Amino acid sequence: MADLLEIRELRKNFGALAVTDGVSLSVAEGELHAVIGPNGAGKTTLIAQLSGQLAPDSGQVLYAGEDITHLDMAARVRRGLARSFQITALLPGMSVLENVALAVQARSGSSFRFWRDAGGEEITNAQARAALEEVGLADRASVQAQALSHGEQRQLELAVALATKPRLLLLDEPLAGTGGQEAERLIALMQRLKSRLTIVLIEHDMDAVFQLADRISVLVYGAIAATGSPEAVRADPAVRAAYLGEDA
Amino acid sequence: MSPLAPRLKAALALFLLMALVPPVVTALGDPFLTVVANRMLVFAIAALSLDLILGYGAMVSFGHAAYLGFGAYAVALGARWGLSDLLAQILLGMAMSAGFALVTGAISLRTKGVYFIMITLAFAQMAYFFFVAQSSLGGDDGVALQARSSLLGVSLEGDMALYYVTLGALMTIYAGLYRLTGSRFGRVLKGTRENALRMQAMGYRPFPYQLVAYVIAACLCSVAGVLLANLTEYVSPAYMGWHRSGELIVMLVFGGIGTLTGAVAGALVAVGLEEVLAIFSDHWRLGFGLVLVLVVLFSPDGLTGLAKRLGIGGRGNG
Repeated sequence: MADLLEIRELRKNFGALAVTDGVSLSVAEGELHAVIGPNGAGKTTLIAQLSGQLAPDSGQVLYAGEDITHLDMAARVRRGLARSFQITALLPGMSVLENVALAVQARSGSSFRFWRDAGGEEITNAQARAALEEVGLADRASVQAQALSHGEQRQLELAVALATKPRLLLLDEPLAGTGGQEAERLIALMQRLKSRLTIVLIEHDMDAVFQLADRISVLVYGAIAATGSPEAVRADPAVRAAYLGEDA
Repeated sequence: MSPLAPRLKAALALFLLMALVPPVVTALGDPFLTVVANRMLVFAIAALSLDLILGYGAMVSFGHAAYLGFGAYAVALGARWGLSDLLAQILLGMAMSAGFALVTGAISLRTKGVYFIMITLAFAQMAYFFFVAQSSLGGDDGVALQARSSLLGVSLEGDMALYYVTLGALMTIYAGLYRLTGSRFGRVLKGTRENALRMQAMGYRPFPYQLVAYVIAACLCSVAGVLLANLTEYVSPAYMGWHRSGELIVMLVFGGIGTLTGAVAGALVAVGLEEVLAIFSDHWRLGFGLVLVLVVLFSPDGLTGLAKRLGIGGRGNG
């Protein structure tokens, strides 16, 4: 399998602190690659650099063979690189359907249209509804996003990311703050998605990670401590010492 | 066609009510009130235009009155250059406003929050002092107009004619903004207000949308300026002072920020209140301030919030 995403020697310092300390990583097309690590290991900072929210100090990010290191977030999304946020970031005062429809609108035609009612665009709405259907939120379409439960907001985060029609999905702790049934539903969804998308997953829920991941990278103090299959990572003594030892 | 949204209905009722003002006050023997009501309509246009950027775009401009001034000076300059047609003067005012808004907006939008407020204020004050310095236009004192404009050959000297032209302009702009805020563009603007980072993560770059909205709002406000100059038959830098910008924001607070009908209602009430309080006392601003405090304390969403609590209004466009 060809690599869809390749990270070369990525570095980012916040003051004297090396938050990303020479990370090199490749993600194959179709793979679900989990990045785990203790709190403060720099996982979210890494996602921020992959999505274009933060510029790295040095290093390169290659996506589908193209150097995207200096592209902004919008340009990366248009190339099919979408992300979800660890801390839910929705459009709280707009309806669930509008949240998703805006993501559809971003990739389908100009948004410099000033007259026609956007809410009446059937093609846009149909695609938005399909994304809501996919995450199981279709019956909540007309509710304001701020009125959703926490678990539902996590589902909507995913629906919005899916509606951008990504080829590579960066998921930053999609299970954060969910429990029981909600978490199971989201895990089942990711299981379905992984057959048609490439996914980079950051997650603290180890059961979910070992259930879903094709490969796992362990990030410790901003550097990759190990990369490999779930079995190999589980058995890696360095990983156990650095991470799993405290947690599992 | 779906039933009309409650707020749209409220706006239509307001327009109908205002349409009845001139014949009623003339019948009551107090035709001067037509001029007062006309002033309310002019500021309703200005407040509507500000609401597009402040209410829908979360861009708190403290310099919006500058465009009232550009519109007014377009009339003074137009009269000098032999442009006496209202539409030509509106075009001139829009061109001046668009140019100024494009440049200052592009710079201002690089800032956020309180800095945006301050930088828009600073640019507006620059425009203000520019016109203060134009001695050929009366400088600080301003300049009286020889005559009102005409519209397609019809004179607007009569208060009634000007009134209905103003009402027509207000309704046209309301309708245009009603469409715009429900359009794709309007959605992007609202989304950016809600969460700019999220919009970027969907693939948008908010800046061009915000800038275009800023320029549209400026152009629409200049229409109010053209009409204001015709109403008072006078043009002065005072139209574009910073306290005037503040008054426009107050009108939105009165009506409820982020709804078009609220902007119209807020302007009508604020200007009306000003006129009424001025009858009772020279210190009318004191009473005005008191009402403002009460609104902010008890109905933070202004008249729109009040209407909602009374069971009219509700969600939807307008």
